[in-house]
Amino acid sequence: MSVLASIASVTMIAQTIRSAVPYVLASQGGVWSERSGVVNVALEGMMLAGGLAGVAVAHAHGSVLGLVAAIGVGAALGAIHATVTERGRIDAIVSGVAINIVALGGTRVVMRALYQSSSNSPRVAGFGADRGVLARVALDPMVIASVVAVIITMLALSRTRFGLHVRACGEGPLAARAAGIAVVRTRIMAVAIGGALAGLAGAALAFDQHQFQSGMTGGRGFIALAAVVLSGWRPGRAAALCVVFAGLDALQIVLQGHARAFQDLVQMLPYVAALVALAFVARSRRGGPPAGLGVAAEE
Amino acid sequence: MTIVESPRRENARGRTVAFLGVEADVWTIASGAAAAQIAFALLVWIYGQSPRAMTALLFEGTWGSAYGIGQVLFKATPLLFTGLAVHVALRAGLFNVGAEGQLAIASLAAGAVGAALPASTPAFVAIPIVAIVAACAGAAWAAPAAGLRAVGAHEVISTILLNRVADALVGLLLGLGLAQKGGVRTADMAAHARLSRLDRFVPAFAGSAVSTAVIVGVALVALTLWLLPRTRAGREQELIAQNAEACEVERIPVRWRRGQALVLSGAFAGLASLGTVMGYKGYYEQGLGAGAGFTGLAVAILGRGRIAGIVFAALLFGTLAQGGLAINAYVPSEAMEVIQGVVIVAVALGDARLRSWLGEKVRAIALRGKVA
Repeated sequence: MSVLASIASVTMIAQTIRSAVPYVLASQGGVWSERSGVVNVALEGMMLAGGLAGVAVAHAHGSVLGLVAAIGVGAALGAIHATVTERGRIDAIVSGVAINIVALGGTRVVMRALYQSSSNSPRVAGFGADRGVLARVALDPMVIASVVAVIITMLALSRTRFGLHVRACGEGPLAARAAGIAVVRTRIMAVAIGGALAGLAGAALAFDQHQFQSGMTGGRGFIALAAVVLSGWRPGRAAALCVVFAGLDALQIVLQGHARAFQDLVQMLPYVAALVALAFVARSRRGGPPAGLGVAAEE
Repeated sequence: MTIVESPRRENARGRTVAFLGVEADVWTIASGAAAAQIAFALLVWIYGQSPRAMTALLFEGTWGSAYGIGQVLFKATPLLFTGLAVHVALRAGLFNVGAEGQLAIASLAAGAVGAALPASTPAFVAIPIVAIVAACAGAAWAAPAAGLRAVGAHEVISTILLNRVADALVGLLLGLGLAQKGGVRTADMAAHARLSRLDRFVPAFAGSAVSTAVIVGVALVALTLWLLPRTRAGREQELIAQNAEACEVERIPVRWRRGQALVLSGAFAGLASLGTVMGYKGYYEQGLGAGAGFTGLAVAILGRGRIAGIVFAALLFGTLAQGGLAINAYVPSEAMEVIQGVVIVAVALGDARLRSWLGEKVRAIALRGKVA
């Protein structure tokens, strides 16, 4: 099959949808966190931790409980991240990088303890929409879950009381505090929700590949964060951008079998695209970050 | 982004404050080591091993013999450079999370140029050429982030993305012909482009991979930290970290200075290949030196911009890396990464506490002065 024919195929569309799930879920996690005013470069680590928790529990007790575990671990990491930055007053980037390092090393340690191998977990069933027709992929539980996550994030942030509080904490923490909002608590909850979504994203990725592998997120959390920034911190647009990045990702899989050098080139695409887009978005200066992003609630 | 502010400089009003500064350094270093020890004991215990026995084993494998010390120095060598790199950006208020990618690109460049040099090139020509190429390659890989920062894109995201691009690019270039035929690494460098092992001068280090790069690293850290506050650019970068808007008003070229800091940071990160490519392997293969960029972040945070601080922090993480290998039979060496993360958070937490505590103290001293 020629390169063009493989790109313009139904497989490509199905593959894009499959690849988009972890990106979309993680980006919604990023939106929750950053709209509350807490910088979150730890999406990657939360995805890894959630992925392993999901696979480990799924291996022993089934896929559904696996998802619950992934959400729980992600939320816990989110709560830790927010607590350390908001109550402990350490820089959010320092905390985020530390969480990423701990998650990468920690998942390897846990895997070696559980499965005597620090690189792979045993296989799990997942929800099995591997190959096959577009309809099957579109009705995959994780695909539906990510669509629901986007809709809920949009509605919750714009239409609910809690969402209003989250945005207030992100735009002006001091004013929010003066208005009687418990800023630190609201931020911890928002970042925990974000962590839960990132954990779910990790589990979705691991279930999709039927296995957890060390470092398997391969920068997806960072791409998701870039999508959040590029979208101007808006959930719907962030999700749409994630689908674009997932399309570039899907190219890699669809074009398997072509020359090795060509594959390396395609592998770079999502990242280069994100960098170029960053340059243009930064120049246009529309939809800037939440005004209180990274601003402490007290002092 | 105030982690580099040392209490001494912040409150340079007299002796008392400077004394508190030294106290703060000792506190940070002690708390870092203590956090490492506690996290280590806990992890080992969870893993069902005796913390005391494992600590003894770890010590024996690192500081217990001349070979062990040599290995610790070897592991600490790239961290000196990457720690310095991160610090140079941090003091301008920038997070260079891209040392990892800058080092990868620089290592590939160093390996390729080193291999291309004629075998007869004398050392005093070959070594500077390869080192300069490495520094330039690292700087070049930081330049896009510097440019993006100038138009307003945050450097954390762009440097992280550049890390991923570097990964793929290194694979691509190795595949396109920078690697040996049928191999996955660059050809051996010209013999005189390599830095000699320290065991040539200190026989006790025999067998360990420590090279003269460690001396270059310490010298570079000392020279840079001494020089930067004494140059106009260095001073202005420090001011920008404090208050960029005020600097704009003062007509300080904020964007330009930030760019300079990031590019310099990339150059230093690239020089870490002195310890890996030039001092150790003598060629580059994908993954050589991986992790040093991220650990550099930890080194910079723990080192707080002091010469001794950065050297100590590099030694601490070098010890953890080498110690991880010593106990790997009982506890996975990846546990050391977990400890590293815990140390970062613990030190940063302690630092924040200390800063607010010191702030009160200094205010009290100042008040007392006024009353008298």
